[in-house]
Amino acid sequence: MEFLAPGSWPDALAARAENPGAVPIAGGTDVMVDLNFDRHRPDALIDLTRVGELREWSVAEDGTVRLGAGVSFARVMSELSALAPGLAMASRTVGSPQIRVRGTVGGNLGSASPAGDAHPVLLAVGAAVEVESAARGPRAIPVSEFFTGVKTSALEPDELISAVLLPAATGPQQFAKVGTRNAMVIAVTSFGLALHPEQGRVGAAIGSAAPTPLSAVDAQDYAAGELVDLWSSRGELPGGVAARFGELVAAAARPIDDVRGTAAYRRHALSVLARRTLTWAWDEYRRAA
Amino acid sequence: MRVHLTVNGERRQADDVWEGESLLYLLRERLGLPGSKNACEQGECGSCSVYLDGEVVCACLVAAGQAVGREVVTVEGLADGADLHPVQQAFLDAGAVQCGFCTPGLLVTVHDLLARDAAPEDAEIREALAGNLCRCTGYEKILDAVRDAAGRLA
Ligand SMILES: Cc1cc2nc3c(=O)[nH]c(=O)nc-3n(C[C@H](O)[C@H](O)[C@H](O)COP(=O)(O)OP(=O)(O)OC[C@H]3O[C@@H](n4cnc5c(N)ncnc54)[C@H](O)[C@@H]3O)c2cc1C
Ligand code: FES
Ligand code: FES
Repeated sequence: MEFLAPGSWPDALAARAENPGAVPIAGGTDVMVDLNFDRHRPDALIDLTRVGELREWSVAEDGTVRLGAGVSFARVMSELSALAPGLAMASRTVGSPQIRVRGTVGGNLGSASPAGDAHPVLLAVGAAVEVESAARGPRAIPVSEFFTGVKTSALEPDELISAVLLPAATGPQQFAKVGTRNAMVIAVTSFGLALHPEQGRVGAAIGSAAPTPLSAVDAQDYAAGELVDLWSSRGELPGGVAARFGELVAAAARPIDDVRGTAAYRRHALSVLARRTLTWAWDEYRRAA
Repeated sequence: MRVHLTVNGERRQADDVWEGESLLYLLRERLGLPGSKNACEQGECGSCSVYLDGEVVCACLVAAGQAVGREVVTVEGLADGADLHPVQQAFLDAGAVQCGFCTPGLLVTVHDLLARDAAPEDAEIREALAGNLCRCTGYEKILDAVRDAAGRLA
């Protein structure tokens, strides 16, 4: 086995291109578990923690936040709670303090687990994953096209994830997750919500209740339709809307029975999470008037 | 491969390190520092908690090569010679140590918590210790020890 420690982004891309059997390692919170248990023995590790570019974030003039793939969950919580409140909330639920200090958003995407906590919010806000290869340069993949199956993604073997591109929040966002305790749980199911008042749009996405993280398209359309006259008046959410929204979110899920929960429980939990988070987010939107 | 790093203020080096090896293995098996414990090797228990460049991490989830040139502080680095750190003394006095397997990781984590927040609320203590499991004490004595240590350090 080899240990490659590129010190810059171009060197990292070159190492990726030259070592098809290598595994990139960022925070290591997924990769090291596989190595420790000998589930996987790659030809080489490509350590990304010395690539300074990956740990930076910035905001463009049009309000797009470019979040380097190597920014940790702990930093998202402390530095991005205003620009990306939903992602900051999701980050707060990841693992434990020790996991959040090391674990990165890029690593979450790299693992592409259906239970990854960053994913529902990234779908709900309409984020894109910026990836790059030495041969073909950079490209942006909409998060809605990034997850292709259980733990598989649209990332090509010679590509690395450089950043996540997400619009700075223009309205309230929420993330909620069901698990057996507050810390250190893989989601039984999870839900991300983003209000986009300037577009009259509601983003809603599900985690851990389908082979991939998933947008709840019918629920999004329904909410946008019900709220169409309310964005400017900031009126009360009409009775029954949140509950119906919850039903549509549950209907979008494609859950299975597994050790963490049954499909029926996941659907029920999702309807509750969706109803609650829409209510909270809309109340916050009204109070912000 | 050869790795060099700073551990508890001393420059250390190890040869023939396997490229997929963890920082925890490096510390325990090659550098003679068995204080950090190996209980789960999957980030769940926190018994391997150490400082890496000033942040508390699970040493079992850091590749040895990732620690090259970095600064590590382990539980062995908390005491001042024969004088226990107040956090260590508080754990002893409160009876927060039973089998002791979780203790090194908890000491490092509490050391860090109190360095950042001299007077944490109980909820903050619980949150800070959420990644450290103890199978013996039921946590009450550990919470007592943290409150006591905060008092001693004030
Ligand atoms: C105890 C514990 C608790 C956890 N709890 C949670 C939780 O609550 N929620 C949750 O979502 N996850 C959880 N995880 C999983 C893990 O922490 C996350 O998936 C984390 O985001 C992984 O990030 P990392 O930087 O550590 O990734 P790594 O382990 O370094 O890498 C993960 C994968 O991504 C690839 N990769 C990393 N960076 C890049 C890049 N820039 N380009 C291309 N590929 C890349 C790697 O090759 C690997 O396949 C937990 C893990 C542990 C050990
Ligand atoms: S041994 Fe590292 S967290 Fe358990
Ligand atoms: S004292 Fe035994 S595990 Fe904590």
